[in-house]
Amino acid sequence: MKQQPVKWITLILALCGILFLGACHKKTPPPPPPPPPPPASAPTASLTANPNTIQKGQSTTLNWETTNATDVSIGGIGAVTPTGSQLVTPADSTTYNLTAKGPGGTQTATARVTITSPPAPPAAPSVSEEELFSQNVKDIYFDYDKADIRFDQRMVVIGDVSFLKQHPNIHFTIEGHCDERGSTEYNLALGDSRANAVKSALVQGGVQASNIKTISLGKEKPFCTEHAESCWQENRRGHFVYQR
Amino acid sequence: MNCILSRNTIHPSSYRCLVGSWAGQIRKGRPSCALGLLALLCLLPPASAQDWIKTGTGLGVEKVRLAVADFKPPSPEATNPDLLRVFNETLWNDLDNAGIFEIVSKSFYPVEVPKNPVEVKFDAWNQPPPNAAMLVFGNLAASGNQMTVQGWLYDVKNVMSPQVLGKQYTDASTVPAARLTAHKFADEIIFRLGGGIPGNAESQIYFVSNRSGHKEIWAMDYDGANQRQITHLDTISLSPRISPDGSRLAFASLTKSGWEIMMYSIDLNRLVSFPRLGGTNLSPAWSPDGSKLALSSSRGGESEIYVADNSGANLRRLTNSKLPDVSPVWNPKTGAQIAWVSGRTELPQIYTMESDGTNVQRVTDQGYAVSPAWSPNGQFLVFSWIRHYGPGAPGAQDIYLMDIASKQWVQLTHDGGRNDFPTWSPDGRHITFQSSRSGSEQIWTMLADGTNQKPLTVTGSNTQPNWSWK
Repeated sequence: MKQQPVKWITLILALCGILFLGACHKKTPPPPPPPPPPPASAPTASLTANPNTIQKGQSTTLNWETTNATDVSIGGIGAVTPTGSQLVTPADSTTYNLTAKGPGGTQTATARVTITSPPAPPAAPSVSEEELFSQNVKDIYFDYDKADIRFDQRMVVIGDVSFLKQHPNIHFTIEGHCDERGSTEYNLALGDSRANAVKSALVQGGVQASNIKTISLGKEKPFCTEHAESCWQENRRGHFVYQR
Repeated sequence: MNCILSRNTIHPSSYRCLVGSWAGQIRKGRPSCALGLLALLCLLPPASAQDWIKTGTGLGVEKVRLAVADFKPPSPEATNPDLLRVFNETLWNDLDNAGIFEIVSKSFYPVEVPKNPVEVKFDAWNQPPPNAAMLVFGNLAASGNQMTVQGWLYDVKNVMSPQVLGKQYTDASTVPAARLTAHKFADEIIFRLGGGIPGNAESQIYFVSNRSGHKEIWAMDYDGANQRQITHLDTISLSPRISPDGSRLAFASLTKSGWEIMMYSIDLNRLVSFPRLGGTNLSPAWSPDGSKLALSSSRGGESEIYVADNSGANLRRLTNSKLPDVSPVWNPKTGAQIAWVSGRTELPQIYTMESDGTNVQRVTDQGYAVSPAWSPNGQFLVFSWIRHYGPGAPGAQDIYLMDIASKQWVQLTHDGGRNDFPTWSPDGRHITFQSSRSGSEQIWTMLADGTNQKPLTVTGSNTQPNWSWK
């Protein structure tokens, strides 16, 4: 069949022609744009203060670390290296702000430093009542073998009365003491007289009797043990003891 | 003439009194009176300073020469050297301390000592060197758990009928039993040869010691043996006083509410109840019949002497002075008077009164006088006295003995330290007291004439002795 091979050639020519035609009408594709660089990583930043609580006048160390940052600064300090540390002495409680800028963006970090005040010196209102008592209520001293209030002790009694009336809720004990000379039994009775004499003097001055207990210790619990008048006088006393 | 005591005993200071009177009569220009006194002076025997004490306390001016032979085992098998040693030492000490014997030194004894009556060789004992009037001898057998002691007291100058005592004792074969048996036998000998007054050898002394870390009440045998703690109160406990029958111990203790009188039962070995009185309560003292207690209490505001039943009931006040009143003691012979210490004239002095509070009499006239103790026969007070006192003056504090009727007194201690709290033995021949002369406070003992002073305690600080009544 002579007609079939002609069909084939025609087809092929037609295809080529289409192709050529297509090719003729098609422009040369431009080279693809270069691939965009991988997208830039965001910077990371961390900032710590160690210790983060200090007393006024003390120092603390700021430590920071950043990655992907080209431009790092801390408020109050200025530009810093991407990673580093610095000693700071803030005058007051401060929040430090670190800013890390990089191609990938900006990252911030903060660290807070708290200033605490040193303990205040004991101001009058915070002293315990017991300390006040022992500072202001003075023991009363006696002459040898006597249980009456000596003339030079009267101002002491007045001072004690004054404090005790200002603090009418304080309860206390008066111990009667004697020096080492003299006999155990007689000294217990004498100590009893001394404690009672001090109590009477206070009550007469207006101190509430029900706040006061008395006890004799005779020569059983001396304040000193030297065998000399200076020590004996130390021991001849009415001694005040605060009751909690 | 008040220089001479009413009991026909001449007191040594009556010598001074008579000489003083004689001088006084001369000065007043009364030669005849002076001559009479002078005659009297010449006729008086030379009175030694202590004779009236010796007579009054039964110590006796002349002592019996007593030989005390070591007891032996009756046979070689029945021997126990430990018991024998304890028995012999105890017997020797009891008789040596009795105050009525002149114990013949062992170095004068013959080589062979008898262990039963058959073996007694009289002229080995009643001649020099021993020259004894009396002889104690015997034997001690220990076999198994039993100890048997046979003891004799012989009048070696009476060859025909020498036996004064022959005793046999049986007990456990232990050291405490051997000691106790020796005490019993010694007491028998002392009773027989000491004018009928029982010996002390089984008596006890109660006292205060701090050796446990707190002042507690302790007890010991009269010779210092067997020291033991009675109270365990962990506070300050003072002024022990044993009852006349030995069953109850009264004392003062610092409780949470102050000083209170406490009562301890020796039989039950524990505290028994006694009422809280309030105030400061001190120095309890038993009446001789045991029915009442005198004490010092400030429950009424000032310390005063009160008397109560021994249960603490029926409290009644006897004294009424603003100044301290403390340390009462009963007359043990009559139970009708009380001596005590009062500061009513400033420094403490000793007073007596009837047990109802009437008839107050002052006993001491100066210085600082405390801690009275009344002798068993009612005649004497011993007490502690600082005769010279004052701020800054050291003032020696010594034990003094006073005849109550005549107020004559004698100083018994002279060796320094502070001497206080004398207490009488049941036989009235011994006094035990506290002294600081060794550098620490210890309990000492002596004869009532001040001789033979020696310590009974050494450990810790020991004070306020109280001798039992029998």
